[in-house]
Amino acid sequence: MTDAVARRWRFVEPSALPGFKPAMGFTMVYLSFFLLLPLAALILRPWEHGWDHVWKVISAPRTLDALKLSFGAAFFAACINAVFGTIVAWVLVRYDFFGRRLLDAFVDLPFALPTAVAGISLAAIYAPNGMVGKVFAPHDIMIAYTPIGVMIALIFVGFPFVVRSIQPVLEDMSVEVEEAAATLGAGRIRTIIQVVFPVIFPALTAGFSLAFARAVGEYGSVIFIAGNIQNVTEIAPLLIVMRLEEFDYAGAAAVGLVMLTLSVVLLFVLNLIQSWISRRGA
Amino acid sequence: MYLSRPAKNPARRDPTLLAGVMIGVAIIYLVFVLFLPLFTVFFEALRKGFGDYFRGLADRDALSAIKLTLLIAAIAAPLNTVFGLAAAWCVTKFEFFGKNVLLTLIDLPFSISPVISGLVYVLLYGANGWFGPTLDAWGIQIIFTVTGIVLATTLVTLPFVARELIPLMQGQGTDEEAAAATLGAGGLRTFFLVTLPNIKWGLMYGVLLCTARAMGEFGAVAVVSGKIRGQTATMPLQVEILYNEYNFVAAFAVASLLALFALITLAVKTFLEARFAHELAAQRWR
Repeated sequence: MTDAVARRWRFVEPSALPGFKPAMGFTMVYLSFFLLLPLAALILRPWEHGWDHVWKVISAPRTLDALKLSFGAAFFAACINAVFGTIVAWVLVRYDFFGRRLLDAFVDLPFALPTAVAGISLAAIYAPNGMVGKVFAPHDIMIAYTPIGVMIALIFVGFPFVVRSIQPVLEDMSVEVEEAAATLGAGRIRTIIQVVFPVIFPALTAGFSLAFARAVGEYGSVIFIAGNIQNVTEIAPLLIVMRLEEFDYAGAAAVGLVMLTLSVVLLFVLNLIQSWISRRGA
Repeated sequence: MYLSRPAKNPARRDPTLLAGVMIGVAIIYLVFVLFLPLFTVFFEALRKGFGDYFRGLADRDALSAIKLTLLIAAIAAPLNTVFGLAAAWCVTKFEFFGKNVLLTLIDLPFSISPVISGLVYVLLYGANGWFGPTLDAWGIQIIFTVTGIVLATTLVTLPFVARELIPLMQGQGTDEEAAAATLGAGGLRTFFLVTLPNIKWGLMYGVLLCTARAMGEFGAVAVVSGKIRGQTATMPLQVEILYNEYNFVAAFAVASLLALFALITLAVKTFLEARFAHELAAQRWR
């Protein structure tokens, strides 16, 4: 206690190393210019025509539908990636088969491929005359230009997150745990479900959150396959673009602020769940 | 040559049926989610033969889009490299108040929609922006110009270098730099002779990811560029313009070039990871 009182509060602990001031100064100036000032505009500008305008923009059915679609499709896409991403991670870590390393390298493709490229490609595949679309078209099943199409694009962009979250955990998991389970007479499938799965579950939720967060704000890969039909396949980021094209800055900022707030709240909740799970597991 | 080899440890040996089903499901998923879109880009680009393909690429607007994209990446990546180095130096070599806030801020651009990253600059510098009219009176235009594209791209790619360097330099500690400082080396000398050799591959890795994203960014750039053909259309925007004109072969031709960049990025990244695994922080890409 006396120690704490005796110590004067300092911004930075003394160090023999040089360069804190210039490096910190540059970092702060840079962040202010590229991040803080722009964010301040996003937070303050929606209100310039008053509460009513913000409320009118947010409560408009078109905005609500777009938000529902963006968050809903992102949620389902992240769920599908959670299931198949786990299987892919398992296969890449635990099995040794021909072409494994090549597949592993390709997992990051959605990060590397520009979203617009993925967008037009997916649109071409799932359009009624496309490679996959024409298989479904005769049965009157449309994929492109429906919410399903939106979800397919979001599956693509979110795919690597779950795999890359689970892989290191599976690699680091000690073999003794599984040996113990086998020795105690558990079958292989029971071991996977009751022993391995609880270990990778926190990483799975982390990957899920990342995939979800990325998909909510996604624009480039979605707009081509979505067809952008009002109230049906319009995503929230597209509404921002449209408001801006009408020079309704406050409206655009309002939609942006709602999206950002919802994402932050959701990520916060997911983080809470995640830390609760890992604490319970520990 | 083998197709599949069983796990060495019997406790990890899955039943053959299970292993077969899992590998099958994984490969089918990967084919549909990853390989089909990649294949389609090249397939559609070459659908009408090589003649049309190269005509699409040699188009004047396409060439100017390629130049612009390279220019943007050549500005945004060095900016964020200097920032990443400065931020990582503060965060990993010093203890200061509010470090976690700083780390959260550095990560923030990853959780912002690209469209919002463009929007914020329109709110600042657009015709109805906070500073737009003033700058306009001085004859400076930012939105709908290359400057605006650089700003938006820089914001989107801001975390890449810092995110790779921070965990890497954290792991390396401060001993070597402290020794250099004790022996009388100045700040720059310490950085270039002691720190930089330790982080060079990590730095390269971060710059690679940053550059790749800078060249491919679409949402943020779409909002600020105005998409003026031959002037403010980057390659991804040129793809959109051509696609919306139903000029599919040309759109996919430009797209195939971007896909080629992406494949090169993946190859270099995989090489760096395999060759310098211990000199990378092995962070996740986002």
